[in-house]
Amino acid sequence: MSLEAEISAAALTLVPGAASGETLCLDEPLSFWGGLDSASGLIIDRWHPQHGQSMSGKVLLMASGRGSSSGSAVLAEAIRLGTGPVAIVLLKRDPIVIVGAAIAAELYSISCPVILAGDSDWKQLRGAARLEVEADQRLAKIRVAKSKNRDIGNA
Amino acid sequence: MDGLELEAEEVAMLAGDAGEAKRFAFMLLTRFATAVGASRFVGIEAAHIDGCLYLGEVSLDFVEHLARAGGRVAVPTTLNVGSVDLIHPELFRGEIELASKSARLMRLHEELGCVPTFTCAPYQTIFRPREGAQIAWGESNAIVFANSVIGARTNRYGDFIDLCCAIAGRAPYFGLHVPGNRRASMLVEIASLPPEWNEAGLAHVAVGHAIGRMCGDAIPAIVGLPQGNEDDLKALGAVAASSGSVGMFHVVGVTPEAATMEDAFQGHEPERVIRLDADDLRQIVRKLSTVADGTKLTAICLGTPHFSFQEFEALMPLLGDGGFAVDFYINTGRHVLNQLETCGWKERLEAAGITLVIDTCTYVTAVVRDLSGAVMTNSGKWAYYAPGNIGVQVAFGSLADCVASARAGRVVRL
Repeated sequence: MSLEAEISAAALTLVPGAASGETLCLDEPLSFWGGLDSASGLIIDRWHPQHGQSMSGKVLLMASGRGSSSGSAVLAEAIRLGTGPVAIVLLKRDPIVIVGAAIAAELYSISCPVILAGDSDWKQLRGAARLEVEADQRLAKIRVAKSKNRDIGNA
Repeated sequence: MDGLELEAEEVAMLAGDAGEAKRFAFMLLTRFATAVGASRFVGIEAAHIDGCLYLGEVSLDFVEHLARAGGRVAVPTTLNVGSVDLIHPELFRGEIELASKSARLMRLHEELGCVPTFTCAPYQTIFRPREGAQIAWGESNAIVFANSVIGARTNRYGDFIDLCCAIAGRAPYFGLHVPGNRRASMLVEIASLPPEWNEAGLAHVAVGHAIGRMCGDAIPAIVGLPQGNEDDLKALGAVAASSGSVGMFHVVGVTPEAATMEDAFQGHEPERVIRLDADDLRQIVRKLSTVADGTKLTAICLGTPHFSFQEFEALMPLLGDGGFAVDFYINTGRHVLNQLETCGWKERLEAAGITLVIDTCTYVTAVVRDLSGAVMTNSGKWAYYAPGNIGVQVAFGSLADCVASARAGRVVRL
């Protein structure tokens, strides 16, 4: 049994780019406005289960978005400052997230790919410690490095 | 783009044939449209931009990029409030750097051809859209007013996208742009009203707060609301869009798309019925205050959304020679300020001790001098947001209660 075997999942590109990193999976939707401190990359919504965690450099998994449209500016500002996630994997299309990442890509040439994963892959993606995202204009590929931790990644 | 049908002119825009600003704006719009599942765009007549509040460098960089690329808005475009009062810059009590960046952001929008209205009540200016107009508006209270009270058609646009629509002259055709999506799904019945309430506005704020909480982003149709004026409907929509994500409401027999129940529901049955009685309404209004009656006040804040000339007409008979024990602020727009100057009321208001705040709003920026005590307002929206935004205790009451409390220096109810 190879512990480092890779599995690929197909996804849809919402904002193109390529990135890899440790994952941060949000247990509940987060409003970036009032929920993310763009200066530090920390989750500051004190009612959120991941309050206090950092999304800097992470591949962020969030099932869906939430909250004020001002979230786009907060996300774009975090990406600009390098405190934001390196990629975002969604299960449901979210205009706030997409606009934030697309603005950062256009204005600063910093890509934070946003991709839409399929229901059937979600559990496996959630369990992954690291993800690699390659998002072309239309289609994206996610590679899951099979975790050394045996009780996850077996969806 | 997946599932998007583009017209020739739109394909050209995307290819950069109409310049970099339009390419940039329309590219973002196509991404947004794909995200919301729109299959095409619709031409718009007007836009209102909620982009003048400074949220970080990206706010400036975005508008600067458009300006540098020669961007101009393609349709008449009004501007929402900024972080500073450009007419009375001395009122700003925050960091100087923030003030200068905010002022720059406001002026950059003017360079793009936007009209410097700096008001959250563009619907009470000469830029009021016509019934049935397709528009792209930002600012939650303006959106709900345009859809509900005027019958213009906009979704809840915000950050960057409102300005992209203005530059491209187009909006993604989905949601409230589509007539069939504008029907009510919930019926809100006002069964009884507190007889002691002497201003119709109280009931409007209470009902607005309730529908925000209970309807989320669904469209309610209201029956049994006491007769009010346009400013009462404005207050209702503003608080509903604060406590919830309401983008549109109907008042049966009052608003343009709800002459009858049949019209409001477009022939469908209500999916849910909510009944509110006098006790429910009293309780909602009580909860809008975080302090008890009799509490010492440091200020009164009116005009969220911006006070209309008609609201000043209601205030003037209560004004007397002022005699206020606390600071008294009223937010309004340049269009109303001009009217106040013309009729001589500006001098009377200022002589009575009232500070007129233009271009901005006392709950989004550092204007209120003394935040050490409670602040009283007749705005459900101000009462909803100010405790979190600027960290004050708040008392909510009618216009007459606010004026009486200003004289007493503490919360009194008439």
